[in-house]
Amino acid sequence: MTVKSIETVAEIPQRITARKRRKALILEVAIVVVVALILLFVMPPLLTAIGQGVRVNQLGRFLALAIVALGIDLIWGYTGLLSLGHGVFFALGGYAFAMFLQLQPVPGQTPGQIPEFFSLYGVSQLPLFWQPFYSLPFTLLAVVLVPAIVAAVLGYLVFRNRIRGVYFSILTQAALIVFFNFFNGQQKLINGTNGLKTDTATLFGLQVGSSPIIQGAFYALSVLLLVGGYALCRWLTSGRMGRMLVAIRDDETRVRFSGYNPTGYKVFVFAISAALAGVAGALYTVQSGIITPKAMDVAFSIEMVIWVAVGGRATLVGAILGALIVNFARTLLSEQYPEFWLFFQGALFLIVVTVLPSGILGWFRTDGMNWVRSLIGRPQLVQTYPSLESDPEVVYERETLGDRESDR
Amino acid sequence: MLLLAALGLAIVFGLMGVINMAHGEFMMIGAYTTFVVQNAFKKTALSEVYIFFALIAAFIVTALLGLLLERGVVRYLYGRPLETLLATWGVSLILQQFIRSVSWQFVTGLAIFCGLFFAAWWVLSRRPNFERIRSWVLGIMFPLSAAIALVIANLLGQTFKLAITKPWFGTQGVDVTAPAWLRGGLQLGGSQLPYTRLFIIVLTALCVFGVYWFLNKTPWGLRIRAVTQNRSMSACLGIPTKTVDALTFAIGSGLAGVAGVAVSLLGSVSSNTGQSYIVDTFMVVVVGGVGKLVGSIVAAGVIGTLSYVIGSNAIGNLVADPELKSFFEFFATASMAKVMVFALIIVFLQFRPAGLFPQKGRSVDA
Repeated sequence: MTVKSIETVAEIPQRITARKRRKALILEVAIVVVVALILLFVMPPLLTAIGQGVRVNQLGRFLALAIVALGIDLIWGYTGLLSLGHGVFFALGGYAFAMFLQLQPVPGQTPGQIPEFFSLYGVSQLPLFWQPFYSLPFTLLAVVLVPAIVAAVLGYLVFRNRIRGVYFSILTQAALIVFFNFFNGQQKLINGTNGLKTDTATLFGLQVGSSPIIQGAFYALSVLLLVGGYALCRWLTSGRMGRMLVAIRDDETRVRFSGYNPTGYKVFVFAISAALAGVAGALYTVQSGIITPKAMDVAFSIEMVIWVAVGGRATLVGAILGALIVNFARTLLSEQYPEFWLFFQGALFLIVVTVLPSGILGWFRTDGMNWVRSLIGRPQLVQTYPSLESDPEVVYERETLGDRESDR
Repeated sequence: MLLLAALGLAIVFGLMGVINMAHGEFMMIGAYTTFVVQNAFKKTALSEVYIFFALIAAFIVTALLGLLLERGVVRYLYGRPLETLLATWGVSLILQQFIRSVSWQFVTGLAIFCGLFFAAWWVLSRRPNFERIRSWVLGIMFPLSAAIALVIANLLGQTFKLAITKPWFGTQGVDVTAPAWLRGGLQLGGSQLPYTRLFIIVLTALCVFGVYWFLNKTPWGLRIRAVTQNRSMSACLGIPTKTVDALTFAIGSGLAGVAGVAVSLLGSVSSNTGQSYIVDTFMVVVVGGVGKLVGSIVAAGVIGTLSYVIGSNAIGNLVADPELKSFFEFFATASMAKVMVFALIIVFLQFRPAGLFPQKGRSVDA
């Protein structure tokens, strides 16, 4: 009998939290939908109206980059694997889609002709691996699957040996350089350094680079896929899976001792994040008009990490915000003072790491909130009890005794 | 060559567990120091042996920079390797751009800014209520001194025009000419071994022995090894761990500077020089195993030879089978060789995940 009564007692708060949780979820969905609608229908006309029509395209590109940021947040923020090689997956997605566009018939040309750059290198027959890219469904699949499979194989080989931490970062970076060299050197296969141009290609009879319909469609697609990516990551990180990822991040050895095998989870999450990067790469490519091996630059991949770090690790919204903020800061700054951007970026790395380790959003959730509260005269947020935290003696002790430099 | 670059890194990374992405930039600065020293000695009688002064100068300059980096940034990030990686990457970006745009105007502005800011900081930190006004001081003095410095720098730029706004090095690469006695080469059978390479090999050997001697025979080397093995125990026994950290980092950076001198002998030096070496050196450290000098030496040798052998299509010429031959020819360029070497490294790590000479013991997994 006693057991049953305990159960009923425990059930009541559970039901309340469940209801609360559902409410929060509905609120979140509503906010996301509103933001997406604003991005879709308000931003483009607004930006065009104030004479900044160029910015719409930029916004679309940065939204695509925000998808990569989501992927990086998933593996870095939640799982604690710092990948410096996401440029590979980004470029793979971009190349897959660019290859499809290159194979689209140009009006006024005989169909079935191979892309013109091949003739420069004396290739008369389409290489075998280009063949499937005639079909749109295959291409769309490839945009997602090729990066995912590459990541899964690489991830499996690396994680199986419990290579982690910095070693993983270095290996991904090395992989990045390897892919860069490969794409850069193979003129006969994928046009080497020059990359594949997509803005002169045609899709459904419209030129990709200049047709406002196509660009508008890709802009909308970026917004929708960003929302989709957000939903996916949100779903992944909220349930058991999310807890598993955080557990791997915080203490992998203990996870293993508890009878789980982290390898599968890590490979899976790495593949998902690579797939997100692939999608982002495809979207970015069509909106910027070209994909070159430059997308696999070492610097670019590390920059992706900094977007997440600026926005706030382990907060999905932070990743998106960070990507948008840093990229807009970059365009604005480098329009004005091109040589100062690198200084600024370097400083950004230092500041984020030393002063703002939890990013803008993390700062806002703790210190920023406290600042607002102190402005309106409410007590500060505390971690334990107010009587403990604001007790002058405890505060004094904490400042003078605990966490001194000599303790570390 | 690779070994020399990896040596400094092996010390910093292996002994301290700190990833220094700015290591390549330290090499670059070492190379630029060589350039400056060369120009300074051009007219004097010592111009033939400037390279030795350049070695010393490069070591000192980069070691000081490394010290600054350690004191200013890395110190706060021990035990968080990923953050260190990002922070040092930021530093490396700043250094690259600094080399590109440094000019008298720039330096004056920077000096004025630092002077004003830190002077204000020093004066104000004397006040008893400093802790309370700290954030205000930061918020006001930083933009204020930045603005003053900018205005003065702009004024200077307008009065003296190009004389001081011209960048010292610019984005173009600079060339270091080897002294006369290093030109030419040694005839070895049919092939020629350039003296510069020989010089670099000797230099590398000297550095390796120097480091070995330093780590194993001097009191400070003993302390460094002690701290590597068990930090808290060493601290308890009265070893100044912080000084040891700073010293280790400075020596590692200094070796990067020496490597930079060697780089400058091999070819033109530009602000991107460091980038091209950094990943190779990391691979050396990973393959060799962390914390072992021997591992780094062997790994550098193996990787260097492998990429040369594959890149020059030596295997392809040995194999008779035409299919295999065309396979090796596909990889017979410098960049494709890298692809191949990376694949081999991944395969290798499947068998020996901890590198050639892994550290043994309980502390490894910590």
